[in-house]
Amino acid sequence: MIRLQNIEKVYRTDTIETLALNSVSLDVAKGEFLSIMGPSGCGKSTLLNIMGLLDAPSKGEIRIDDQKTGGMNDKQLAQFRNKKLGFIFQSYHLINDLQVLDNVELPLLYRDTTAKQRRELAAEALEKVGLANRLKHFPTQLSGGQRQRVAIARAIVGRPEIILADEPTGNLDSAMGNEIMEILLNLNRTDGTTIVMVTHDENMAHKTHRLVRLFDGAQVL
Amino acid sequence: MLKNYFKIAIAVLKRRKFFTFISLFGISFTLTILMVLTAFIDKVINDNYPDKKRDRMLYINRIAQVGDGNMQSGTLSYYFLSHYTGMMKTPVKVGISSIFNGTNTYVNNQKISVNYKYTNADFWDVLDHDFIEGKPFNKQQVTNADRVVVISEDMKKQYFGDVQSVVGKYFEADNVSYRVIGVVKNVPVTNYMMYSDIYLPYTVSKADYKDKSYSGMYMAFLLAATPADVPKMQAEYEDLIKRVPVERKDFKHVYSHANTFFRSYVDTGREDKSGVFIVVTAISIFVFIFTLLPTLNLVNINITRIMERSSEIGVRKAFGASSKTLVYQFIVENLILTLLGGIIGVVLSVAALSFINGADLISNLELRINFSVLFIGLLVCLVFGFISGVYPAWRMSKLNVVTALKAQ
Repeated sequence: MIRLQNIEKVYRTDTIETLALNSVSLDVAKGEFLSIMGPSGCGKSTLLNIMGLLDAPSKGEIRIDDQKTGGMNDKQLAQFRNKKLGFIFQSYHLINDLQVLDNVELPLLYRDTTAKQRRELAAEALEKVGLANRLKHFPTQLSGGQRQRVAIARAIVGRPEIILADEPTGNLDSAMGNEIMEILLNLNRTDGTTIVMVTHDENMAHKTHRLVRLFDGAQVL
Repeated sequence: MLKNYFKIAIAVLKRRKFFTFISLFGISFTLTILMVLTAFIDKVINDNYPDKKRDRMLYINRIAQVGDGNMQSGTLSYYFLSHYTGMMKTPVKVGISSIFNGTNTYVNNQKISVNYKYTNADFWDVLDHDFIEGKPFNKQQVTNADRVVVISEDMKKQYFGDVQSVVGKYFEADNVSYRVIGVVKNVPVTNYMMYSDIYLPYTVSKADYKDKSYSGMYMAFLLAATPADVPKMQAEYEDLIKRVPVERKDFKHVYSHANTFFRSYVDTGREDKSGVFIVVTAISIFVFIFTLLPTLNLVNINITRIMERSSEIGVRKAFGASSKTLVYQFIVENLILTLLGGIIGVVLSVAALSFINGADLISNLELRINFSVLFIGLLVCLVFGFISGVYPAWRMSKLNVVTALKAQ
């Protein structure tokens, strides 16, 4: 489903050159739930961003669903992300000015859908994460766990084949973290969604199919 | 999609009330000034009272004689106008009047300032004053130097008070009594070529109207039979001026033009630069600077506002918004803001215009919001919204997703 070949990412300033990823090659199969672990600053998030086409590698090739992504322009990349990928962030990144339902609808705004379809799909996604009774709330009126569930609903509303989650339980206590993990596992089991998750939590990582460890920008496991 | 943009635009406006206030104040205040200015220009240029036959008219209000390093320029003498324009074949009538001058008169020990103007009889035929009562003076009365006067509606109220009819009563100015024979609707002072409080036959003037020098205090209004004759009439006057001899040996050229209303209204008396050019340039520079400042201010505020939303930009991009879509969103949001400012501006303009009219700052000038002013106002708003939204939106849309998400 996702194929990374010799991915290298270098950050350059005037004086320093930092190698964030060093020749990482990775295959993620369709329907796989993969977790990435490693110490802070080892390049986990960078790798996830590159997989999510949010950042471009300095070298190497990314293929998603057998499509080369290297030559795509801004618009093509945006469309590709919209159709294929869903994102979950550690700090949720919900838009506080919009109600829960509007937040979840967001990815559908960039597709050819009617307002009614968007409402229905967003409500359905929220039901899936157990927030059917919070549609008209604003994010600031919700707990951390509830916010992350809204973020998951937003990630799945467009029915993407791949979900990329960057420390989705990082800001939550263990009970809430487990709840979120259950939702993700369930998504993977029932819908066959491919999930790549960056985490610091060994317990969470062991619940997934495969674990990849990074150290200083290189894959060690 | 638009509904969604509208929702977020309103939410953002509510979030930072002080910024919103500054933005809205800037837009609405600027718009108000522009609306008042355009209402004023519109009134001055497009209000055709009392010269209702403007399409058949030409105006002569200046003569210049130029030598090597010396020049004399100003309004013309009665003699020059009657003598030379009298030779012209195209005009069917030539109205002549002096510029307005001021004097004082007293009613019950109360001082009233009066602006007066001397005219010939054709003046009343070329122009179309609305007579509230009475009628203008005729050729016979002018020839006889009858002491008769046509007064304005305002002057009637000031001098005689609230009375039904004043025709036949006497009006005293400069210790001379004139019999009122007509009352006309007010002419605003901005129409300076025709404005006056009272109109007298030129023959009662104390100055010598038979004096043959070219310069004096008069101007002329030429009336052609049809609008098509106007260019011919203009050419005839140009031709005539070419043949007019200079008054003194140290002058080499005589310049005078029969112009259309606007050209003569803004005439500077200079041959090398038309008044139209100067006025249009001056107004354009004023409008440019006046709109540039709030636009720059808006650009700045918008950048700050949009920067605060970098997380939103990151999320939207991650979930499929292209840079172009984001630019579109921010422009729409900004247009909503400026249109809101526009609506407030229109309300403020109505208030400002009614205040100016009520305070009677400019004599007899009634300013109104009309459709052209409203249209210009809304156009200015849209341009505002567009210009002040494009740059910040473009800048923000170029933001890298990862950087945008980290910025929170």
